[in-house]
Amino acid sequence: MATYSTNEFRGGLKLLLDGDPCVIIENEFVKPGKGQAFNRVKLRNLKTGRVLEKTFKSGESVEAADVMDRNLQYLYNDGEYWYFMDNDSFEQYQVDAHAMGEAVKWIKDQDVCNVTLWNDAPILVEAPNFVVLEITDTDPGLKGDTSGGGGKPATLETGAVVRVPLFVQIGEKVKVDTRKGEYINRVKD
Amino acid sequence: MEVCTPVLSQAAGTDPSIVPLHTRYTGPEYPRGLDLFLQTSPEFAMKRLLAAGSGAIYQIAQVFRDGEYGPRHNPEFTLLEWYRPGLDHHDLMKEVADLMSACLGQEIGMKKIRYVELFEQQFGWNPLQAETNQLEDAAKAHGIETGNLGHRDQWLDLLMSLVIEPTLGKQGLTFVYDYPASQASLARLNPEDERVASRFELYYQGVELANGFHELTDAAEQRRRFEAENHQRQQRGLPQLPVDENLLDALDQGLPDCAGVALGLDRLLMLQQGEMTLDRVLTFSLTQA
Repeated sequence: MATYSTNEFRGGLKLLLDGDPCVIIENEFVKPGKGQAFNRVKLRNLKTGRVLEKTFKSGESVEAADVMDRNLQYLYNDGEYWYFMDNDSFEQYQVDAHAMGEAVKWIKDQDVCNVTLWNDAPILVEAPNFVVLEITDTDPGLKGDTSGGGGKPATLETGAVVRVPLFVQIGEKVKVDTRKGEYINRVKD
Repeated sequence: MEVCTPVLSQAAGTDPSIVPLHTRYTGPEYPRGLDLFLQTSPEFAMKRLLAAGSGAIYQIAQVFRDGEYGPRHNPEFTLLEWYRPGLDHHDLMKEVADLMSACLGQEIGMKKIRYVELFEQQFGWNPLQAETNQLEDAAKAHGIETGNLGHRDQWLDLLMSLVIEPTLGKQGLTFVYDYPASQASLARLNPEDERVASRFELYYQGVELANGFHELTDAAEQRRRFEAENHQRQQRGLPQLPVDENLLDALDQGLPDCAGVALGLDRLLMLQQGEMTLDRVLTFSLTQA
């Protein structure tokens, strides 16, 4: 059984807590001058998505979650599940809406995503940090406005809505930061 | 008088919650090598000077503690430590408050509260008497999920650090005093209630800044406490540390009745500059050193 000591804790480390795989979001070291040291840790349960806080005595060891991160290519969605493929082994994976989480807003066919597997089943899909998507709907903006001030909502081909500058038009492609859901710039073909 | 004592020592403090860094000397006098500890505070050497008749002394010292790194911790940090013969810890709290006002450039109010009262106000029970399950329940009620901590002092540390400390010193300086005797191995016991010791801590803006004692002067009692701490270390699977015989000899010679305090200068600078983390005020913290 692999374990991690509190000294190894950092954002992204995956632990097994009460039988569920969890990922560390934040880790803070707390210690009174004369007294016991603690690690106060914020984690996300990868099965339920719930965020929880746990406090460990510094120096304690915690069981590692036996998870693997794989780069998998998104193939299609059948209305219920999303299907991904490992381009080396051609093995396919079926992913449910829960594991897809926010990623559904950003990805389209052929995109390669980091997928976390637990006991060989996908439990978390992360969209690429940046994606390029076409605008399918937005109000016509003012011609010649390049200031970028203000902005307007625009619907992307995946259905996600982001704020874009007034000069951006339907049919244009834009680069988006998926972690913040923010427009970065226009992309010419 | 300003003094400067060695950073390296053949002995170490035995406090089970403080881990000294160590190094090794090899050369004349010790051809086969000598293990040396980097000081975790200059307390023992300064008490030897006091016993030798130095009178009131202070120093600004680099000190070292293994395993401590975070927003408010760096394994190497700076203490201002001073001792006042003839004063007790209440006199010294007043002096610390005056220094804080001078350093922060404004008159800052102070309040004093006993450790026991602090817990009674927050949780409604007496920390000297509460059962371990009461401490566990209080942690749970404040959203703290943790495993079995074992010793009740560790539960008290948990509640102090995570629940009480962040709220202390918001309106001015808060001095907490009369700590459980089990948490003050270098302080004398309160003659009116021997369950508590004459130790104080200063908190300001939710940050622990200083720790002081009305110093224990009884050599035999000090030896018993060091040995008890080494016994606790053994129970927790920690290494035994060599007791500082030079300090015990000095106490035997006679340490004058005195109070002493150590104040974290890096944390003080952090608060003075309105910063939230130590790395903002250290030249190079652990990861850049």
